[in-house]
Amino acid sequence: MVQYTRARLDASFAALSDATRRGVLEQLGRSDASITDLAEKFHMTLTGMKKHVGVLEQSGLVTTEKLGRVRTCKLGPRRLEEETAWLERYRQLWDARFDELDKVVEELKRKERVDGRKKRE
Amino acid sequence: MKNRTTVERKSEREVVVTRTFNGPARIVFEAWTKPELFKQWWVPKSMGMFLRSCEMDVRVGGRYRLVFGHDASNTDEFFGRYIEVTPHSRLVWTNDEGGDGGPVTTVTFEEKGGKTLLVLHELYPSKEALDAAGTGAAEIMSETFEQLDELLVNLGASVGPS
Repeated sequence: MVQYTRARLDASFAALSDATRRGVLEQLGRSDASITDLAEKFHMTLTGMKKHVGVLEQSGLVTTEKLGRVRTCKLGPRRLEEETAWLERYRQLWDARFDELDKVVEELKRKERVDGRKKRE
Repeated sequence: MKNRTTVERKSEREVVVTRTFNGPARIVFEAWTKPELFKQWWVPKSMGMFLRSCEMDVRVGGRYRLVFGHDASNTDEFFGRYIEVTPHSRLVWTNDEGGDGGPVTTVTFEEKGGKTLLVLHELYPSKEALDAAGTGAAEIMSETFEQLDELLVNLGASVGPS
């Protein structure tokens, strides 16, 4: 697949390779939560949870927003499946078109060769 | 061997499609600018759509109009204007069927060693517009897959376990 998606996929898979981070995603799927909430729920230090959330944020799976002294986490606007599915469907549409265009190009090349021969004759 | 089609979402409002064709730019350009050729590939059979008419006045300010549909009472139209026409290297057109604020499509043709690298760039007025366009394409493709599923089911039924 395309470069852009590959980089994003790498980041996403790295983010998903950890059980706590998968748990955090599940939790955020149910409701938004602050880093403090998450740290408590997963029996972790605030610093430890901040690191996990940082990784998830970099992959685009989670976004955070600071309101006053509380940083709230929620699922990112771009979910993994949606992103890749969108691009792949778009690619399939163009790929199908371009397969047909290949045929037209071949046909035009063939005609040129025939015409070229006729001119020389 | 078949060349690869790649799609890249460059930004929230832009998507870029690339593909190499095994022919010179003048031939690929011709296939994009002559309606009788354009009609042969723009609507692949797998899309399950029927192109009723295709008018293209390929010059700066010239208009194009594509009409889809199986019967005259139920049609879909796509139309716009060519903004830039540089033979064998560049085409730019607007997509006006959705009113103002449709995307602008730029196609460049770059020839190298008898092959042509084609880059199609679509710039949408907003992220939402691009997301919606992706959904449209997705709907077309899922229709196609439904047809394919149906075909496979029928084939499976006719062959059946012996």
